[in-house]
Amino acid sequence: MDCPKTEAELAQLITDAQAPLAIQGGGSQGVAVQGHPVSVRDMSGVELYEPGALTLVAKAGTPVEEVQALLAQEGQQLAFEPRDLRGLMGTDGAPTLGGAFAANQSGPRRIQGGAARDYLLGVRFVDGTGQVVKNGGRVMKNVTGYDLVKLMAGAHGTLGVLSEVSLKVLPRAVATGTVQIAGLDAQQAVQAMARALGSPFDVTGAAHGAWGADDTPLTLIRVEGFADSVTYRTAELQKLLAGFGPAEVEADPDIWQRVRDVSPFHDTSGAVWRISVKPSDAPAVLDRLAPEQALLDWGGGLIWARMGAGRDVRAALGDIAGHATLIRGTGAPRFHPEPAPVAALSAGLRARFDPRAILNTGLMG
Amino acid sequence: MDMPTPDPLVLAKKDQLVAALQGVLPVEAVIHDTHETRAYECDALTAYKCPPMLAVLPSTTEEVSAVLKICHDMGVPVVPRGSGTSLAGGALPTADCVILGVARMNAVLDTDYDNRTIRVQTGRTNLSVSGAVEEESFFYAPDPSSQLACAIAGNIAMNSGGAHCLKYGVTTNNLMGVTMVLMDGTIVEIGGAHLDAPGLDLLGVICGSEGQLGVVTEATLRILHKPEGARPILMGFDSSEVAGACVSDIIRSGILPVAIEFMDRPCIRACEAFAGAGYPDCEALLIVEVEGSPDEITWQLARITEIAERHNPVELREAKDADEAGRIWLGRKSAFGAMGQINDYMCLDGTIPVSSLPYVLRRISEMSEEFGLGVANVFHAGDGNMHPLILFDANKPGDLEICEAFGAEILKLCVEAGGCLTGEHGVGVEKRDLMLHQYTADDLEAQLMVKDVFDPNWLLNPAKVFPLSVTEGRRLHPATAA
Repeated sequence: MDCPKTEAELAQLITDAQAPLAIQGGGSQGVAVQGHPVSVRDMSGVELYEPGALTLVAKAGTPVEEVQALLAQEGQQLAFEPRDLRGLMGTDGAPTLGGAFAANQSGPRRIQGGAARDYLLGVRFVDGTGQVVKNGGRVMKNVTGYDLVKLMAGAHGTLGVLSEVSLKVLPRAVATGTVQIAGLDAQQAVQAMARALGSPFDVTGAAHGAWGADDTPLTLIRVEGFADSVTYRTAELQKLLAGFGPAEVEADPDIWQRVRDVSPFHDTSGAVWRISVKPSDAPAVLDRLAPEQALLDWGGGLIWARMGAGRDVRAALGDIAGHATLIRGTGAPRFHPEPAPVAALSAGLRARFDPRAILNTGLMG
Repeated sequence: MDMPTPDPLVLAKKDQLVAALQGVLPVEAVIHDTHETRAYECDALTAYKCPPMLAVLPSTTEEVSAVLKICHDMGVPVVPRGSGTSLAGGALPTADCVILGVARMNAVLDTDYDNRTIRVQTGRTNLSVSGAVEEESFFYAPDPSSQLACAIAGNIAMNSGGAHCLKYGVTTNNLMGVTMVLMDGTIVEIGGAHLDAPGLDLLGVICGSEGQLGVVTEATLRILHKPEGARPILMGFDSSEVAGACVSDIIRSGILPVAIEFMDRPCIRACEAFAGAGYPDCEALLIVEVEGSPDEITWQLARITEIAERHNPVELREAKDADEAGRIWLGRKSAFGAMGQINDYMCLDGTIPVSSLPYVLRRISEMSEEFGLGVANVFHAGDGNMHPLILFDANKPGDLEICEAFGAEILKLCVEAGGCLTGEHGVGVEKRDLMLHQYTADDLEAQLMVKDVFDPNWLLNPAKVFPLSVTEGRRLHPATAA
């Protein structure tokens, strides 16, 4: 594996490449790609952190944990809650900031505060010709030219290899409160989550599944903020959701780490699909798929489904709008095929940014 | 400011083009009389004017597709237009272009409270999107000052922001899907009511592309339930630098207000005369707004007051009631109009790291002396998005040119301080020629490659965003080939 130590080394490596490269950060997401492995993990370090401006600039290989520790010292956090997929994928290696953004890896707070891409303010990357490109910057609002920052977030290294990222950070909540309702089915849970998310109480997480030790499904509604405010809002949510059954309030935020990291699927076997739909379609998706195990995040808009062998999840979705990504397992392309005119645009972009088709070739189409 | 020379080959096709367009649109939707096309000669950047060759007002996505296909096949440039409120000249025509206005497409197509989305045609105005969901106490968060008039199409093109985006984000953070027509007439659906992209985040690059990649005809937008309440507090300071330091301290404290707005003395006076909000007469004013239940508001404002008091404010005043809160915001949202009543001005939009506010404000004040033109400042301080208004006399020969030169220096200062040329208004024609101060030619080439994919012949709004010298080879090639 090649691990360039600087952006210049990375650019030289890509310029000189004669064959496809498999680009990764820490390798924790377990994405299988053909090619000579290249990791940005040695391009590491926070270059600028201004707590008063809520911004941080770091090299792409900087470990997520290192950044979180630094932010915690100032009472701040990565608000997009990047998922740590080591448990799900059975991988090791430290998740990197670049990897989190390249996969647009967004946790439970996505439903309220936005995805990883919404916190990415600027990038430097090396495209498939070895050209270094800068886009965006380190300010909160920036419409100067095209937003290649968002294009790079979620491009999985296929348009270029991130070398530096600048991002928006946010204050860390002083208190967390989770309203929990036990025993709902998916239909009831999605309705309860919609009620909570459509309330004025600023819900920052809404998930449903058997998160605990037993098989009892728990519907979780999270609010965050200052202690008095959390107490007030969890009480209001209990009242609002009274019709769904008795609701308890849990102050320990740890369960959200289990939601974030898809923990109930750890130490299991079988294909894992990540399905993105309109939240209210989640029950219908589960009916059609009949998965062995399922978890709902984002109010139902994100479905984690563990499936038996040989199931064609995309065909089963039928006319339900959305898409399915094969996160773990084989037998189907990782990404959902796009409609022809959209696929043509995506292919056109890849042909321009990576004309030799050497960056994570074939991963996205 | 230069615009490309109109292409005589294109101008010669006018009659043929009118006939073709009348074949796909109602007759009155094709505006070709030179008296009537004058209505489209500029947007809100009124310093630059040029009537288009013609204007069309389609009513459906299919009509937009038919129009674009005709223009594509005949090699005619198209400039999309929402409500024409761009402050950057984003909808400024060239004499050889077709203005494609989406104003007739203003319907609400679907409202979905369970999934918190609304689907609209993009000619709908920003405020009327919120209006459509108000009865259920929902709203659409991005709130540009022009929200009464500006169209969602233009908001998407410019990735518009507003006063409350410190908490809620700008257009791109609230846009979930679009129907877009490419220049060759192809209709594409991107995104939808689900929360992320299946492949590349094309929606992310479409938003803010200033109408250069396609014409967005429908949009799925995120709507939110209104907070239980909101209340602003006014804080007056005897220097802009102290106000800037207070902003940074508030943000660092862990409280995230929905808005932190800043005004300096010239602006305070103009807004007070306009709205009668009871603004104190001081060097710098902050409006800080927080949201929540009554208790949450009281508690947050107490924390903010505590921070502000460390900076020796000359005034600290909470809005007593909804009426006073309304007037406080009316003053701020009327700032550009209020300034316009007493002076000609050019409004800039550079954004800087919040930590650089004191330095940049001091430098602008020094430069104001050097150029001999006054400056009023009103801006979104929480996210460093400045709006210096350079005051000049449009009737005084040479004043506009001095103003443009001063403006360019301010924007270069923003870039030098770690910021950017434009935070929410867009590049348009106004900042086009400064792009090489922020980006290298190679950085810009990566952006041009995106347009090459969406609009290979460079016919959509071609003379915007990038310096003309940079796009020359791309723009001239198709016109001569057509």
